[in-house]
Amino acid sequence: MVLAASAADTTRSITFWLLAIISVAAGLGMVLARRAVHCAVLLAVVMLSLAVLYAMLGAPFLAFVQVIVYTGAVLMLFLFVMMIVGISSADSIIETIRGQRMAAALAGIGLLVLLTFIVGHAAIGPGTRTGAAYGSSNINGLATLIFTRYVFPFEITSALLITAALGAMVLAHAERTSAKPTQRRLSRQRVASGRPAPLPGPGTYARHNAVDMPALLPDGSVSRLSVSPVITGLARGAGPGPAVRTEALRAADTASAGTASAGINGTGGGSHDSGPAGADSGDAGSGDADSTPKEAR
Amino acid sequence: MISPGHYVALSVILFVIGGVGVLVRRNAIVVFMCVELMLNAVNLAFVAFARLHGTLDGQVIAFFVMVVAAAEVVVGLAILTAIFRTRRSASVDDPNLLKY
Repeated sequence: MVLAASAADTTRSITFWLLAIISVAAGLGMVLARRAVHCAVLLAVVMLSLAVLYAMLGAPFLAFVQVIVYTGAVLMLFLFVMMIVGISSADSIIETIRGQRMAAALAGIGLLVLLTFIVGHAAIGPGTRTGAAYGSSNINGLATLIFTRYVFPFEITSALLITAALGAMVLAHAERTSAKPTQRRLSRQRVASGRPAPLPGPGTYARHNAVDMPALLPDGSVSRLSVSPVITGLARGAGPGPAVRTEALRAADTASAGTASAGINGTGGGSHDSGPAGADSGDAGSGDADSTPKEAR
Repeated sequence: MISPGHYVALSVILFVIGGVGVLVRRNAIVVFMCVELMLNAVNLAFVAFARLHGTLDGQVIAFFVMVVAAAEVVVGLAILTAIFRTRRSASVDDPNLLKY
């Protein structure tokens, strides 16, 4: 009997320490990771381990709500917004305010010390197991509390949710400022732009068919337009550096940025036809001058 | 033996990590995620204290915190997309240009 109890305690301890280490590590990684998607995945790890901790604390209902609402709904909302706002939006490393990181770290340490002292001063004993509706009656107990003592906050919560849904619809609604371009106008623009055909796909006539391999133009030079600006931005962030940034590449970059914004807008219009034209000159002028290591392969 | 004090300590650590993230990060989406981390840490403390006292009130409060957090995320991300649509940036440094 005693042995079984101690074994359960050991399991509990092991689970707690494992989840504590995982969640703290994931939280630190979330603060340190540069790309927003990595932050979202690490936040999911923290939330799932917290759900297990809720279950260990005798709150099975909250554990499931944590998984369904937080990991399922809120985090998916984050990922969808990231898809709209730009998956490539990595944080800049430059400090806009001097000494901000140092000040933030000091403030964090100060807060940690303060809270540790407060929690350390309070005598937190072992959990009481009597008198509470834990176990299978957890949901019944919660329902009783919500619909009796907390019924007024519960009603206010519903008003809050309706207001939030309405606010999200109003804020996310985009008013169209110009008339929708007709098919005739778009085709005229396309012919006038000098590139009636669509942009070349990646890997066309290239030596590899990966998406990050630029297509080859008829004269053998590479077409930077064929690679998604997200990928070229990645390669630039990781790799070569300012030596490769010639005038031609910059022209190609601005052109691809123009096409990207047109793609997000959905309205097409002016930036679309100026894009390929500018890039044409960039590609023609580039030759071997701006061949990055990847393209020289 | 793991007592509720351990859980409260873990929640303190997670809260501080989230707070430092809010202060340090520049991308508004990541700032929101760090706020979510802080709210989660507070929830953990609520549930641990509910366990400590042997009542369910802490769990009910944690449930309300979850609802408020969900509403906050919805409105915040909608504002973020509205700002991104006009400014083409999700950095929290840029909207201070509004005052000029």
